[in-house]
Parts: sequence; C-alpha cells; structure tokens
Amino acid sequence: MPHWLQLMLDSLPTLLWAALIITVPLTLLSFAFGLAAGLVTALIRLFGPKPLVAVAHFYVWIFRGTPLLVQLFLIFYGLPSVGILLDAFPAALIGFTLNIGAYTSEIIRAAIGSVPKGQWEAAYSIGMSWSQAMRRTILPQAGRVAVPPLSNTFISLVKDTSLAAAITVPEMFQAAQRIVATTYEPLILYVEAAVLYLALSSVLSALQTRLEVRLNRYGGFLEARA
Amino acid sequence: MIGLTNIEKRFGDNLVLKGVTVAIEEGSVTALVGPSGGGKSTLLRCINLLEIPTSGRLRIGDETLEFRPGIKVATRDIRRLRLQTGMVFQNFQLFPHRSAIENVMEGLVTVLKWPVERARERAMALLEKVGMAHKADAWPATLSGGQQQRVAIARALAPSPKVLLCDEPTSALDPELAQEVVDVLGQLASEGTTMVMATHDLRLASKIAQEVVFLDAGVVVEKGPASVVFSTPEHQRTKRFIATLKQEAGEPQ
Repeated sequence: MPHWLQLMLDSLPTLLWAALIITVPLTLLSFAFGLAAGLVTALIRLFGPKPLVAVAHFYVWIFRGTPLLVQLFLIFYGLPSVGILLDAFPAALIGFTLNIGAYTSEIIRAAIGSVPKGQWEAAYSIGMSWSQAMRRTILPQAGRVAVPPLSNTFISLVKDTSLAAAITVPEMFQAAQRIVATTYEPLILYVEAAVLYLALSSVLSALQTRLEVRLNRYGGFLEARA
Repeated sequence: MIGLTNIEKRFGDNLVLKGVTVAIEEGSVTALVGPSGGGKSTLLRCINLLEIPTSGRLRIGDETLEFRPGIKVATRDIRRLRLQTGMVFQNFQLFPHRSAIENVMEGLVTVLKWPVERARERAMALLEKVGMAHKADAWPATLSGGQQQRVAIARALAPSPKVLLCDEPTSALDPELAQEVVDVLGQLASEGTTMVMATHDLRLASKIAQEVVFLDAGVVVEKGPASVVFSTPEHQRTKRFIATLKQEAGEPQ
C-alpha cells in the first residue's frame, strides 16, 4: 500500500470522529438556531414596529458586513475583556448562529415578499387571522421559494465550520492540522479533509434536490429536474 | 339585509368612494357596473373589509360596524363581519399548495375548527355543486381557469356566508371558460344565494343580476332593476356605458 493511502486510512477514523462529534452538530445546531433567528428577523423587518425594524436592520448590516472569522475572534478572544468568557464550542455556535441568522433573514424576507398579495386576501376572505394566513398560506409558499438559497447557505456553513479551528474548536479541520503537526504531510491530510467536506456537502445537495422535488409536487413555476 | 350607508373610501388624497349608499336584499343578485376606476371593486372590497371604509356604516345581517376617519377598527370586529361573507377573485387565488378539495376545506378546518371528516364531506358536496367533484384531488396548477374559478366559488361558499362577493369573476377567462362560471353562478342565484358582483361582463350581469348599481367616479349614478337599467337607462352617462358594453358583447343596440 502506498504511503499516502496508508496515512489517509490511518487518519480517517480521527477525522471522521471529529466530524461526527463537532462539525456535524455545530452545523446542524447553528443552522437550526440561525434559521429561527432569521425568521424572527425577517418577520420584524416586514411587519414589526419601526424601532425594532431599525434594530433588525442594524443586526443584519453588522453580521453581513464583517468577516465571519473576525466575528468568531471577537466572541471568543474579545468578549473575555468585558468579562464574558465562553468555551470554544458555544462561542463558535453563537458566532455561526448570528451570522446564519443575518443571511437567512434576507432570504426569508424576500421569499415571504414573493407570495402574491392576492394570497393574503384569499386567506383573509375565508376568515383567517394574520397568524393563520401566515402559517397556513404564506409560509408554505415562501418555503418553496426559499429552499434553494437556504440550501446554499447551509452548504456554505458546513465548510465555514472549519473556521472554528482558529478559535480552538477541535472540529474536523483542526483534527487534520494536528495530524499534520506530527506527520509533516500537509498535502495528504488537507486533501483528505477537503474530500470529506466535499462528501458532506454532496450529501446535502442530494437532500436539497429531494426536498425541492417534494415541495414542487403541486406544480407551478419552479420545476425541479431530479 | 346588507346595508352600506354613506360609505367613503380615501386612498391618500384620492377619494375613491364618495358617500355610497346601497341596500341589498337577501336572496338577490346585485351587479356593480361602471368604468374601471369608478370604484366598484373598492366598494365590493369594503363589504368584506379587505378595504376599510374611511367613514360610513356597514351592516351584514345582524352585524353592524361604524367607520370614522382616524379611528381604527378592532381586528376582532373585522373578522366577525368578514366571516359573514365569501369572496371570489378575478384571478381565482386558489392556494396552490393545496388540492382542490383542501382549498374548499381550509376555511372550515382552520377557521371554523370543523373536524376534518365533516369538512371533507361538505367540501365534496360543494365541489359536486360546481361540477368539480371529479377533480377533488387535483392541484390547482393542473386545472383550467374556469375549473379553478369554480373551485374558488366552492371555497367561498364553504363557511355558508350570508353573501357571495364576486370581483370580476369572469374577466380572466376566455368566453368558453367564462360560460362555465356564469352557469355555476346562475345556478347559485336561482337557489337563492345572495350575491354582489363587480363585473364588466354584460352576459353575467344581464343574465343573473336582478339589481344593477352603476358607479362612476365614486358615486352611484343610477340603480334599479337590471331589466330597466340595461334597456332604458335614465342618465346619459349610464346610456353611453351600456352602449359600449353591448358593442363589446356584439349585441345589436
């Protein structure tokens, strides 16, 4: 067996383990919380009172306009200066959640706005309240529009979790770095890490396609080709 | 049983309805006709409060609401009145993510909290009435315009409204598809459904409506029995308008 293959196979369990206990949970949790933050932010920006709209706008402006790596450094290395000490994982989780929330709020805002006004009126005309109309009529249709751009954000997030290595989170990329430190084989280990990220995002792309087909089953303008 | 008294509606500086008073008898069909921008659509939407009148009084059955400039109407009151009405839109506005029968069930299940099975039975009966039972499980996107509008009529009727409001129900349809919708509405009229419709469609108005209200520039120019208004209109403005309608419909004058 060639040396490079041997090294890849030997390191594979370590990398997979790091992916399983850190990369995947960090991705899923940040995306779930981020999506919730994004929905709330989008609803505030569309329907909230003016002062709250300004706060939401400010939040999106800050988190979209500054580098994710800088945000992570500020939370993990910066906040202790004002007495807020966070472990690496929660610091990363907070950073990713806030970042995802800012991006997805724009996607959700646009998706809700894309549902024709007539759908609101149809919902109201059969007696629905605002929240019933939102839940039963608007969000399901907005969801379909939002899935492709949200999937984009999700796939970016999987890869961006590697940035957490810089704030000492022992995720997959950091596991690769540690092995490089002892084996001096950066090419082999980083190729291996890249392939594993590629595999993760490929799985997500496949799931996205299935979800789109399901959401498009009622026909209309977004014909997915599976 | 439906009374609009002195209804005014202002959009910014634009006074769209200038004190409209109309009474609609139970079991009657009233056509709102008039040129585009004359206020007929707005008046119709004031009945189910998709537009809130700036001032005036609205009565549907036993429910009455007063409107005054600058005073916000409680959401609860709006919904209470709105529940007495059903509406059919020009562009159907079926919920695209629900099948035909789910569209009809939606108000019963979500708003009136009926058990699903009972709602399904009523929805099926209504789809049969409009001749759409065979498409109960179809997605709206797979239906023709006329079929979608018939499902929309069933959806509007599901919660047993006191009045069916139709906003240009045939304008988005070619003549053949419009005919199916005219037939369904005609059948409902003969069964005693109270209806108010804003329309350009002379066939629809003259065939089904007993009463005609002619609106121009936000005021009622003329109103009366359809047979009288269509054959011997009193006012010059009405005469001209009805002549153009007849010309469009290709009828001899």
